[in-house]
Amino acid sequence: MGKKSVIPFGPQHPVLPEPIHLDLVVEDEVVEEAIPNIGFIHRGLEGLAEKKDFNEMVYVAERTCGICSFGHGMGYCEAVEKLMNVEVPERAKYLRTIWMEFSRMHSHLLWLGLTADAFGFESLFYECWRIREWVLDIMEKTTGGRIIFSVNQVGGVHRDLDEDQIRFMKGELDRIERDLKNCEKTLFEDATVQKRTRGIGVLSKQQIHDLGAVGPFARASGLKYDMRMTGYEAYGNLDFEPVISDEGDCYARILVRTKEIYQSIRLIRQALDQMPAGELSVPVKGMPKGEAMVRVEQPRGEAVYYVNGENTRFLNRFRIRTPTFANLPGLCQMLQGANYADVGILVVSIDPCISCTER
Amino acid sequence: MANVKRSPWILHYDGSSCNGCDIEVLASMTPVYDAERLGVENTGDPMQADIFLITGGINSQNASVVKQLYDQMPRPKVVVAVGICACTGGVFKDAYNILGGADTVIPVDIYVPGCAARPQSIIDGIIRARDLFQKRSEEHDALMKKKNLERRQA
Ligand code: SF4
Repeated sequence: MGKKSVIPFGPQHPVLPEPIHLDLVVEDEVVEEAIPNIGFIHRGLEGLAEKKDFNEMVYVAERTCGICSFGHGMGYCEAVEKLMNVEVPERAKYLRTIWMEFSRMHSHLLWLGLTADAFGFESLFYECWRIREWVLDIMEKTTGGRIIFSVNQVGGVHRDLDEDQIRFMKGELDRIERDLKNCEKTLFEDATVQKRTRGIGVLSKQQIHDLGAVGPFARASGLKYDMRMTGYEAYGNLDFEPVISDEGDCYARILVRTKEIYQSIRLIRQALDQMPAGELSVPVKGMPKGEAMVRVEQPRGEAVYYVNGENTRFLNRFRIRTPTFANLPGLCQMLQGANYADVGILVVSIDPCISCTER
Repeated sequence: MANVKRSPWILHYDGSSCNGCDIEVLASMTPVYDAERLGVENTGDPMQADIFLITGGINSQNASVVKQLYDQMPRPKVVVAVGICACTGGVFKDAYNILGGADTVIPVDIYVPGCAARPQSIIDGIIRARDLFQKRSEEHDALMKKKNLERRQA
């Protein structure tokens, strides 16, 4: 029997660019318990709703997290629109869907890279990030920003896509798909990847359900749970079926996220073909009054937005329930009984986004 | 670049950023932008780092962490604040938990603006930091030499 010791993991840790702090109770290289300690990036973003005009607040909401920035802006706008009974024009819905799927692609590619980095596969890390740069180029050419786009507004979007841009997008999508196919062999079949991920951190469907996990993390354990099935924005008109896998280990999480990138490519192609012509936004009259809640599927899972207004320019309350927050209990469960060497990959496998969790 | 004698290592810490600047810092290290060609390398260990890249503002909980990291770095050292959050607090300036930019707790040498700061400007910041580091190392060396000389004479 070894002696129990507590090893701090983070806040500044090479495996993640963000600070997360875990106290790991370790006995003989085996983790007995993990105690998360968060709050290093708490900014008080929701509190800003009382100081910023509800139209201005979109830009703050977008800066909840730099990776799913578009989704946060969109979720916030949807919530305020629901509150004020604004119907967004069809074209704006499609544009939002397209940009949302692009940000999902960039988020998943980023995650694949970080995962590869977590088990020391540098070249795969670089390859994924190289492909990701193309997605960012598309974003930059169409919205003007690489990661924070600021194209959302309450009532619609600011920018339109013209014929040239649509053609450019389609061409780039083909290129991304082709390169990802090349990469796929390594991702799915390489011995290093298999050794480090197969059978690691297994959670059953029941466990995932009980722990309330969401997003690709839940879908990798076979739970068919995706907010896009509810058909918000243009998803209702697109052919969509969530990607799931039954294994529930780290490997399945790689599989699900990779397949979701292909799915996003398909969704964008469909949306580009179906997109109707028309207005980009509708004028918004009056002040927000009452309360509303919407649910949006972010790259990391379901996010919930709640707004409450009292007929003034400022919202009374703005609240986000982020996907990583829902996935943390799952992470703690996986860490119990894990090898110390696997902690890095396990933490990364839920795709933690600390800055939205702590806001 | 021929006169560069040292290759400083970088320590990156995310203060209370929104992640936007962090991933841009990481992106500027990957092959497309490849800041590593300048001889720098990203490290996780403050004891081995020469340049401190900080993103995001300072809040009450991470103030001590940032200070600690800075103190652990060996002299000479250069601090680069990446993104408007790290420069002044940025969009979160009015938030109740933000004390201000990185310079509220540690001395900052180079400010890289932008929200999110683009890889190009981050690389520019790194180049300036590298030059400053070079200058400071020379000063540091001269000082040490002088001290050693004095000690020997005494
Ligand atoms: S400067 Fe902008 S992108 Fe960078 S951390 Fe701050 S809010 Fe995020």
